[in-house]
Amino acid sequence: MATASETPHIALTLRDHLPILQVLIPLCTAPLIVLLGDRRVAWGLAFLAALLSLVVSFLLMMQVMDGSFISYHLGGWAPPIGIEYRIDAANAFVLLLISLTATLVLPFALRSVADEIPARSHTLFYACFTLVLTGLLGVVATGDAFNVFVFLEISSLATYVLVSQGLYRDKRALSAAYDYLIMGTIGATFFVIGIGFLYMTTGTLNMADMAERLAGQGSNRTVQAAFAFIVVGMGLKVAIYPLHLWLPAAYNYAPSAVTVFLAATSTKAAVYVLLRFMFSVFQPEFVFDTNLLLWILAPFALLAMFAASLIAVFQTNFKRMLAYSSIAQIGYMLLGISLFSVTGLSATMVHLFNHGITKAALFMAVGALVLRSGTTFYDRIEGMGRVMPLTGAAVVLGGLSLIGVPGTAGFISKWVLVQAAFEADLWWIALLIVASSLLAVIYMWRVVEILYLHTPHPEAIHKEAPLSMVIPMWIAAGACVWFGIDTSLTMGAANTAATGLMGGTDGMALTPTVGGLLGNGQ
Amino acid sequence: MKEHHLILRVVTKSLVGTIILFAFYVQFHGDFSPGGGFQAGVIMAVAFILYGIVFGLHEVQRVLPAWVVHKLVALGVLVYAGTGIWNMFLGYEFLHYGSFTPDHMSHGQHSGILYVEAGVGITVTGVMVAIYYAFAGRTPRLGNDDW
Repeated sequence: MATASETPHIALTLRDHLPILQVLIPLCTAPLIVLLGDRRVAWGLAFLAALLSLVVSFLLMMQVMDGSFISYHLGGWAPPIGIEYRIDAANAFVLLLISLTATLVLPFALRSVADEIPARSHTLFYACFTLVLTGLLGVVATGDAFNVFVFLEISSLATYVLVSQGLYRDKRALSAAYDYLIMGTIGATFFVIGIGFLYMTTGTLNMADMAERLAGQGSNRTVQAAFAFIVVGMGLKVAIYPLHLWLPAAYNYAPSAVTVFLAATSTKAAVYVLLRFMFSVFQPEFVFDTNLLLWILAPFALLAMFAASLIAVFQTNFKRMLAYSSIAQIGYMLLGISLFSVTGLSATMVHLFNHGITKAALFMAVGALVLRSGTTFYDRIEGMGRVMPLTGAAVVLGGLSLIGVPGTAGFISKWVLVQAAFEADLWWIALLIVASSLLAVIYMWRVVEILYLHTPHPEAIHKEAPLSMVIPMWIAAGACVWFGIDTSLTMGAANTAATGLMGGTDGMALTPTVGGLLGNGQ
Repeated sequence: MKEHHLILRVVTKSLVGTIILFAFYVQFHGDFSPGGGFQAGVIMAVAFILYGIVFGLHEVQRVLPAWVVHKLVALGVLVYAGTGIWNMFLGYEFLHYGSFTPDHMSHGQHSGILYVEAGVGITVTGVMVAIYYAFAGRTPRLGNDDW
């Protein structure tokens, strides 16, 4: 730590502070909302925080697009002793997705939350929402293994509260939140046990330092156990196929706005952590050769793609159907990881983003349907596409992207995934990807048929959703098309991220590329 | 109620002040001896919880209403984060306490620790009391006579 240094200290600028501001802005907003205790101010502050986060994450993204990374030392303590925030292409991309979704969801939430949750809970609702945002951004931004756990808990605990807020529509939200709490806590416990084992063998918590020390000692039982605990723990958060049981109920019974946010971000942040640990902290060779992860991960991914899609086909509830579809889509991301190539990882990264915006558009449409029909069961939302043309069209567009029709974002990610499968000479996997997309055609067609080819249900309110819901919905739906045609941002970032991740420990070298940050504190 | 537990009430009244004093001792000596914001916060909360157990929830909430407790929880976090933001305004990293006295960094470290520990103490007090209020304020689903 610095005593007075010989060279005069150069004051840090706002630009240098961007990595911490990314987390700090929502972190300070949450207690501020509680302290002020006014529900109109609460929404405004939450939206302001999300908007500022979006600006920060965009600026960060622009800085690391070239494959460099930024390292920020909390308290001026240099890593590996101090906590380090480390932004590279992989996490800047996920940060952008999370803050973008939050910025879109909040305007949408204004009407949706007012409809679904009593006014006295609004202040705390928005406080919890910003806490979830804080946690997710923190999990992704930090370069410290224990910090990941802390932020994971911040976001998870706040998420349980948000899910339980669905109780005003359906009491089962309480048991859904409780299930999620139990499963999520088991996941977090496994994860922290894994980190404990890693700390035991390496004596450090900084991911870059950990990676360096693990590379030096090869593989032993403690490291293997750590790896197993971390994969299973994060697997619960990701909802890898056999560990997905909490997800359908949590998504289904949570308030509409919460479902949008969770579906688009929380599993994605967990996928990122999984990637970071698999590729940056552990050696990719260790992961894939020693532990034959390809033969463990790929079958589950394929199983998820087919089983979850099949379950989705037979659902009678739009929201629940989309939840099962999410599990299937996570299968695609895992498949990309298990192919173990730059193309495969690019597919995972780009699908993470594309699926995020697709599901955001679809779940927002669900929220609009809930506002007008009161429920999402197929027999109650029939014909609603005719009386809510904009919402119905957003469902169609989101559905096309979910299926992977050319010209939509979903097509890009599946195309890259198929490419990766061919590169690995696994043509049958490419066939299975296409086959499982056909299942998506079936379950999305069912919804489209119900929305358009029936007479509207008499008990529903026959009116388009308010603009505050339609506009965010259409920004997300428009993004599905935009990123299906202009892929320079998404594919560019995904490629840089994948190359960095495949570089393994080299991608986590201790010397940062941005100079100004190191000039002090040492 | 008032006429019962005379000894308990007298002892509690005399203890509450001592407990609060001890909480401050632990708070401000955390950097030299075992202690700090977490321990001090719990001890501080104990004073209120003890008062609540002996005199009843209603009495303790006259001293420390539930809404104040909720604000305390949030205030502590803001004190902590505010210290870090102050450091940022001084031109150093978030929570770089040395920036309070750039010429003699260890003095700055010393005062920085005191500020953030004050934040921790406030939040822990708030959380502990809030948990007690939540449990104590629960009305039983079935009254004793309903069985």
